[in-house]
Amino acid sequence: MSSIKLDSKIPSGSIADKWSNHKANIKLVSPANKRKHTLIVVGTGLAGGAAAASLGELGYNVLNFCIQDSPRRAHSVAAQGGINAAKNYQNDGDSVHRLFYDTVKGGDFRAREANVHRLAELSVNIIDQCVAQGVPFAREYGGTLANRSFGGAQVSRTFYARGQTGQQLLLGAYGQLMRQVDAGRVKLFARREMLDVVMIDGVARGVICRNLVTGEIESYAADAVIVATGGYSTVFFLSTNAVNCNATAIWRCHKRGALFANPCFTQIHPTCLPQMGETQSKLTLMSESLRNDGRVWVPKNKGDKRPPNEIPEGERDYFLERKYPAFGNLVPRDIASRAAKAICDDGRGVGQTGYSVYLDFADAIKRLGQATIKERYGNLFAMYDEITADDPYHTPMRIYPAPHYTMGGLWVDYNLMSTIPGLHILGEANFSDHGANRLGASALMQGLADGYFVIPYTIGDYIASNKLGKVDTDHEAFRTAVAGVKESTARLLAVKGSKTVRDYHWELGRIMWDNVGMGRNARGLARAISDIGALREDFWKNVKVGGSGEDFNKSLEFAGRVADFLELGELMARDALTRNESCGGHFREEFQTPEGEALRNDDEYCHVSAWEYKGENAEPALHKESLSFENVHLAQRSYK
Amino acid sequence: MSQTKPLKSTVGRKYIMAVSGIFLMLFLIVHLVGNLTLFVPDGGEMFNQYAHKLESMGPLLYVAEAGLLAIFLFHVITAFQVYAEKRRARPDSYAVTASKGGNSRMTVASKSMIYTGIILLIFIPAHIWMFKFNSGKDHPTATVHGEEVKDLYTVVADAFSNPYVAFGYTAVMLLLGLHLRHGFWSALQSLGAMCPKGTKAIYAAGLVFAVLLAGGFLLLPLYFYFASCFSCNGGAL
Amino acid sequence: MKFNLKIWRQEGPELPGAFRDYAIDNIIPEMSFLEMLDALNEELIKKGEEPVAFDSDCREGICGTCGLVIDGMAHGPKLACTTCEVRMRVFEDGCTITVEPFRAKAFPVIKDLVVDRTAFDRIISKGGYVSENTGSAPDGNAIPVPKDIAEKAMDSAACIGCGACVAACPNASASLFVSAKISQFALLPQGHAERKSRAQNMVNQMDDEGFGNCSNHAECEAACPKGISIENIARMRVEYMRSLR
Ligand SMILES: Cc1cc2nc3c(=O)[nH]c(=O)nc-3n(C[C@H](O)[C@H](O)[C@H](O)COP(=O)(O)OP(=O)(O)OC[C@H]3O[C@@H](n4cnc5c(N)ncnc54)[C@H](O)[C@@H]3O)c2cc1C
Ligand code: HEM
Ligand code: HEM
Ligand code: SF4
Ligand code: F3S
Ligand code: FES
Repeated sequence: MSSIKLDSKIPSGSIADKWSNHKANIKLVSPANKRKHTLIVVGTGLAGGAAAASLGELGYNVLNFCIQDSPRRAHSVAAQGGINAAKNYQNDGDSVHRLFYDTVKGGDFRAREANVHRLAELSVNIIDQCVAQGVPFAREYGGTLANRSFGGAQVSRTFYARGQTGQQLLLGAYGQLMRQVDAGRVKLFARREMLDVVMIDGVARGVICRNLVTGEIESYAADAVIVATGGYSTVFFLSTNAVNCNATAIWRCHKRGALFANPCFTQIHPTCLPQMGETQSKLTLMSESLRNDGRVWVPKNKGDKRPPNEIPEGERDYFLERKYPAFGNLVPRDIASRAAKAICDDGRGVGQTGYSVYLDFADAIKRLGQATIKERYGNLFAMYDEITADDPYHTPMRIYPAPHYTMGGLWVDYNLMSTIPGLHILGEANFSDHGANRLGASALMQGLADGYFVIPYTIGDYIASNKLGKVDTDHEAFRTAVAGVKESTARLLAVKGSKTVRDYHWELGRIMWDNVGMGRNARGLARAISDIGALREDFWKNVKVGGSGEDFNKSLEFAGRVADFLELGELMARDALTRNESCGGHFREEFQTPEGEALRNDDEYCHVSAWEYKGENAEPALHKESLSFENVHLAQRSYK
Repeated sequence: MSQTKPLKSTVGRKYIMAVSGIFLMLFLIVHLVGNLTLFVPDGGEMFNQYAHKLESMGPLLYVAEAGLLAIFLFHVITAFQVYAEKRRARPDSYAVTASKGGNSRMTVASKSMIYTGIILLIFIPAHIWMFKFNSGKDHPTATVHGEEVKDLYTVVADAFSNPYVAFGYTAVMLLLGLHLRHGFWSALQSLGAMCPKGTKAIYAAGLVFAVLLAGGFLLLPLYFYFASCFSCNGGAL
Repeated sequence: MKFNLKIWRQEGPELPGAFRDYAIDNIIPEMSFLEMLDALNEELIKKGEEPVAFDSDCREGICGTCGLVIDGMAHGPKLACTTCEVRMRVFEDGCTITVEPFRAKAFPVIKDLVVDRTAFDRIISKGGYVSENTGSAPDGNAIPVPKDIAEKAMDSAACIGCGACVAACPNASASLFVSAKISQFALLPQGHAERKSRAQNMVNQMDDEGFGNCSNHAECEAACPKGISIENIARMRVEYMRSLR
């Protein structure tokens, strides 16, 4: 194998002291020197926005990029449910340790303990920070912060702002970011898509972006590069993510040498609107909080086509309550999703396609009254009604799982630096904290922890410990990178075939969903690898990209992203195929308990799989970072 | 960033519009009450008394009139500024426009403020000329408390016996009603009178106010015109 | 379903634009308006024509990226909904639909139906925040906020920055957007330290961007996908006047 050594750089000391020790030991950049250092932050979501703002406050010279027209539109804006923090305001037994424990267990023991503990520690600061920014969190009558229990947690530790928590947190970070823009410490470059990372002497020193308005290919140099471009669920075409979500930035970093960790760890969210037809462009998430009051069921008998309200109680199968009596409808996402899939595969699904299950509020309405339900979920019900033209107060909702979040991402060490020196990865784009399954309300927490509280320390350490010579964009490396990007753009436009970019994306999504989705097996995965390879080949021969390279051209933007997905998809399948166990969101049908639960194999797979890019048609190389669990005992996850 | 110039800012301008608008409305209320004395069936005595009282206020009246004129000019100048800003802010107009309904208050009234305003701008000087400066010469006089004063009652009555004047006034009064239908509510909103639950009530009050005021004024020309018809046709209408 | 579309096409910011007519068939009622445009673009690309440029991202009404004027109404005919949430079932089969970009001097057209709304970012940069450096916050519960105040602040904070208020306003005024932000922080105790400078600076920037004044048409409230109330505009005016004291 190659020279790459995965050093996670976990600080010494007991788990609870690691981060404080580390902070006490890392090097600092003097205030006068900070403004001499330029940092590139790609992404303005919770992770990127928080990082750019905080680094600007510290005095660095920050260049901040995003693909949308405004930083405020990063996809973090869509998060509904809430954000976790171990505040224990409810006096219900929560603590940093419990949040740490829940997250490690929820991730099915495939995350790094040290990172997770730091996350749990920082969760507390995040809430303070956001409250001070004026984020209008829900309150109790006495004026204190309100909490709810979310995603199956047994304590109430989720903070929320109606169904718009992500939006409000993002606007908080965006406000701070714009304050720094006004102060001149952050320069904002909206409508820019990062298409390459530039390395000089083996160190990340800049990025190449396409100006999405003029089509110009632009170069930016810096002392370090921070990438926070979010997740890659749109590899499935239909997902709960925004249509512009992409893997392009991280994929190009990967091709430059950053290892990609656990690409197959994807989360399929149980409560989404079912697919309707081929013309659909995305799936809509219905907040998980619905499972607090809604009961999931299907008819007991196959092929029961009666309308739901005519099916008597005795002929309904409340399968989550039946299978998991302790947690019932509140089991973690991966389990709920898989259960729904199993039922539908068994032919008991409902709706036209047979691929959906009921989420029924009749009992809750009887118990609490329609007014209470309306107060809790009114906007969600309205949204459902709007989309499906069905009234959930009277007929049960129909839901089905959909791709939602990607736990995998670029490999990073404890300092959030990838295997490319100087290239740091934050937020959903990295792989670090959620293992094989993410618990509800913890992605917002991770993005903000990375951006507000981790990177400001670790980037200083990096800058202070490395002698970084001056470089500018006239450097040879920038010129070749620009030429490379221009060439691939030209190549896309030159194919002039007969199938559109969307056709390919749709087809890729179908392959991924069928074979690398909720249930995976060796045969399907092998088929996916060859199908994706064939599709990729066809893409480069037959794709038809509309418009030109010199102006605003969505078709071209998507073409580049789909080209990357066609490579990433294959890597995901490969990763899933090599991981001969089931864990979290990765369910290999060959590896299950007699009851159909995920069967982990800790002897052989208690590691992070980090993949090295080896060239266009070469097989990627697998590197392993083994995981050790010293504070949480490796155990079979049970929610029975 | 521009320096704060309170009265030139958009928000400041709205205060000018609103405050001046409110003063103009107050004037109109007083004016209407005065004018309604025309209806008192005493051959115009009470009205003439009222007019005379006003006139005998001397310098005080001049001050009040000057103030009114200033307020009026502020209102008019700011109105044109707001309109100019609006034109500048949307150089290319839509091919189709429609209101979405809901809580929109976009109505014929709100959209025609500048036009109804311009009509009033033309009307008011003409009106003042007609009744104030051009009235004392060849018209009869009346006696109020033994004093000889100009018979404004007859001036008004004569003026409105002319159908062009009477119906011209009627039309202007309708447009005034339209101006006030949006203006009343708008002025309160411009001043920041916030009462979310009351917005509907205030908006409805605007309608009532506009109808009462415009309706009140409107009765006069109609009354005098038809009254004059009665008398020349020997009572057969 | 079948539709005739009249769509504004404009190649670039300074170039003249014009309506072009398109016919589209095989639209199902569940499709969103943007999915209908996707379908049109697929056809155009296959025919070798330039697809219609329009913006969107989340496609669920929260990011504020999408925004078209459909038959003269910002975000289309339905109340409280964004363009991406409009379903084709609200249109009559076979009808003609006119699609235009948001029009305002402060929102120059980039291409076809895409406009530049960075004026909003510049307004926010002048005070749409509480100046609070990372790490300096007291405990979350050290700042109690009464529930009703928090709810009201949330009503204002719900703005998605889509710009439909500007598009719908006969005066192209940004008052609703600006006032929503000023209101959020005027209501919350966290915002009080900078209350005066915020109101002044944001209003000044709004004026500098070339938006029109507000004549209280309240069409903005009807067009706002989040139902932001013009009560906020009233509050902004009070805040502005207070700030002069
Ligand atoms: C519908 C939905 C609901 C969710 N609900 C919750 C919840 O309740 N609680 C929770 O904790 N988590 C939730 N999540 C997950 C969470 O929202 C995300 O994981 C998190 O917000 C990701 O933040 P981020 O900063 O890493 O990335 P993003 O917010 O996705 O930001 C990515 C940024 O990168 C930029 N970018 C992307 N590609 C490029 C490129 N090539 N070049 C330049 N810039 C680029 C984008 O413009 C954007 O600014 C939800 C997710 C979804 C989809
Ligand atoms: C007696 C006469 C008048 C009265 C009582 C009156 C009253 C009002 C009131 C109360 C308002 C609402 C103010 C606000 O929106 O804050 C208003 C607005 C307006 N008035 Fe008048 N007005 C009068 C004459 C005029 C004249 C002569 C013009 C001439 C152009 C005019 C033009 C306008 C315009 C354009 C507005 C709308 C302002 C805006 O869009 O913000 N008005 N008026
Ligand atoms: C139909 C109804 C009206 C009648 C009968 C009427 C009558 C009069 C009369 C008789 C005068 C002269 C008073 C004097 O010389 O002392 C006068 C003055 C005036 N009227 Fe009217 N008026 C009417 C409607 C209006 C309206 C609608 C407006 C404004 C929009 C208006 C504005 C004025 C003004 C500004 C003056 C001058 C006041 C002064 O200088 O003191 N009038 N009106
Ligand atoms: S106030 Fe409403 S219409 Fe205006 S930008 Fe905000 S959400 Fe859009
Ligand atoms: S529509 Fe325009 S005029 Fe004012 S109340 Fe709304 S900004
Ligand atoms: S695309 Fe996000 S609001 Fe419409």
